[in-house]
Amino acid sequence: MSAAPALDRSALDPPGAVSPFVEIRNLKMHFPVTQGTVYQKTVAHVKAVDGVSFHIAKGETLGLVGESGCGKTTIGRCILQLESASEGEIWFDGEDLTRLNQKELGPVRQKVQVIFQDPYSSLNPRMKIGSMLQEPMRVHGIIKDREKRRARVRELLSICGLDPKFADRYPHEMSGGQRQRVGIARALSLNPEFIICDEAVSALDVSIQAQVINLLEDLRAEFNLTYLFIAHDLSVVRHISNRVAVMYLGKLVELADGDEVFDNPKHPYTRALLNAVPIPDPTVEKERDHKVITGEVPSPMNPPSGCVFHPRCTLAVDSCRTSVPEFREVSPGHRVACTEI
Amino acid sequence: MSKLLEIKNLKTQFFTSAGTVQAVDGVSFDVEEGETVAVVGESGCGKSVSALSILRLIPWPPGKIVGGSIHFMGENLLEVSDDEIRKIRGRQISMVFQEPMTSLNPVLTIGLQLTETLQHHLGLSADKAQDRAIELLTMVGISEPERRLRQFPHHLSGGMRQRVMIALALSCEPKLIIADEPTTALDVTIQAQILELMKNLTRQLGVALIVITHNLGVVARYADRVNVMYAGKMIEMGNAQQIYHDPHHPYTLGLLASVPRMDQPRGNRLVPIDGQPPDLTRLDQGCAFRPRCRFAIDRCAEEIPLLENVGDAHVAACWRQNEIRDLRMAS
Repeated sequence: MSAAPALDRSALDPPGAVSPFVEIRNLKMHFPVTQGTVYQKTVAHVKAVDGVSFHIAKGETLGLVGESGCGKTTIGRCILQLESASEGEIWFDGEDLTRLNQKELGPVRQKVQVIFQDPYSSLNPRMKIGSMLQEPMRVHGIIKDREKRRARVRELLSICGLDPKFADRYPHEMSGGQRQRVGIARALSLNPEFIICDEAVSALDVSIQAQVINLLEDLRAEFNLTYLFIAHDLSVVRHISNRVAVMYLGKLVELADGDEVFDNPKHPYTRALLNAVPIPDPTVEKERDHKVITGEVPSPMNPPSGCVFHPRCTLAVDSCRTSVPEFREVSPGHRVACTEI
Repeated sequence: MSKLLEIKNLKTQFFTSAGTVQAVDGVSFDVEEGETVAVVGESGCGKSVSALSILRLIPWPPGKIVGGSIHFMGENLLEVSDDEIRKIRGRQISMVFQEPMTSLNPVLTIGLQLTETLQHHLGLSADKAQDRAIELLTMVGISEPERRLRQFPHHLSGGMRQRVMIALALSCEPKLIIADEPTTALDVTIQAQILELMKNLTRQLGVALIVITHNLGVVARYADRVNVMYAGKMIEMGNAQQIYHDPHHPYTLGLLASVPRMDQPRGNRLVPIDGQPPDLTRLDQGCAFRPRCRFAIDRCAEEIPLLENVGDAHVAACWRQNEIRDLRMAS
């Protein structure tokens, strides 16, 4: 990766443009599929992320939606440098993370944090909540004094709406919602600027989900956080995001302001997705047209040629089978990867 | 329409080292022929346990049905012999589970799993069962059914497996299907496909359906009647219109307010229900929802409210259900 020539940013940005807080340029993550146990040879690639570009402004929440296997989690993992991207650039606060070595990444890791989906598997069952929250501070050396660290843990717990005495408990003594609050407290422990929420509320019951969504919104306002909110639940994404990106099979198909995506969806996939979400109101549901999209998501190992959505698309024409649609701007700030709209 | 299933005062408990869990605590509801009834509630409220109790699938130890009756077509399922209940399972009442990955046997072909059921319950010959299996797979929208019959569950995607589960559930033309979170593990577009399929097939074949779910949207789209459960009890029952537009229990009210809705303006703050669901081993003599309830009064701590009529076939269990409309307006 590091051998790639530096991208001339001035040619891409309009003169005088401030570089965004987070920017992903043409990100590709292809996982090799190997055969053989001793002499492994690569027989194919899973194109989990295939040429994705977007930016997030400081203080903004970008929602990233798509169905399982579309690559949304992989994007998050690439930004966190848990995967090294096959191609592309990941700019964070003026630095391309793909070019940094482990040592240089240290301070970045402090600023970029993650909240995972499953509050049951993302907390170490053998650690007390308190030591779990202290560990990042100790590792990054931000609070050296043990007593001060303990005080900070209590503060973090109360910020996240938990009783400070939970510091002495183990994860199994807590409910799912409480554990997710611990996950959030852990992400906050390093005073991050950017948090990737990967399905952060998906595993929670609705009444608890609303509590955690409100908490995330409060924290964003209080600490001027920037979120990449990855989720499959469109109602939740719409609620929390300023802008929304829709992903299908490793590519972005639509990106626009939150209201625009939901009120004026352009891409046939976005439309189908919105149509499939039931609204909790029987009167509204009776009047809605329940046209469901046929077929299933193809394998990312062997994605369809041309536009990846064409086999399931109602608008598809011959050219969709051969040429990849450009991710073009149809109105200011609204990008769509479709030629037929 | 006549009553197909009549559950009265069902009590199912789990005897654990931490104490007796009153998972289902005096639940009563009916299902009429051909209708779709939803049971809604959050994890641990007892909705799955009540479904499993209908087919007597509660593992002992630690679980046991300790009281009540379940009449299915006039027969009390809690009193029939083990042989008889086995004949009813799959034949008269079948189930679709949440996780299509684990509810099919991974080492048997799809074909074998389908034909086994047909041969066992309907006594079809191997050839006839094979033909019927192909017919069933076609009915649930699986392409190339002959080839699929020779495949194993791991060859199929999650959506396809759930279609196979539905084919299995329909295979013996049951009177009632119990679907426990049938689409929770699936993506939204696949969820929509599966729900449409279930709706169409149950209407077409006149099968009654109990859908257990936590998704209020799914309920609004498909259910005729809605039963809301909390902490092992039914707290409100009515038709979909009543439950969604005129809820009488503060919990139902709270549930509806806590989901973000796509058809409403963005930027409104969600109104969550504060606190956590109660520990089912430590319930007291008061209303179980009281600690989380915005409208709780002293009486709620002393007596458990019973289901009372609040409208036409609409019941709710709250001491303040007659004031709830005013309270709702005021807050």
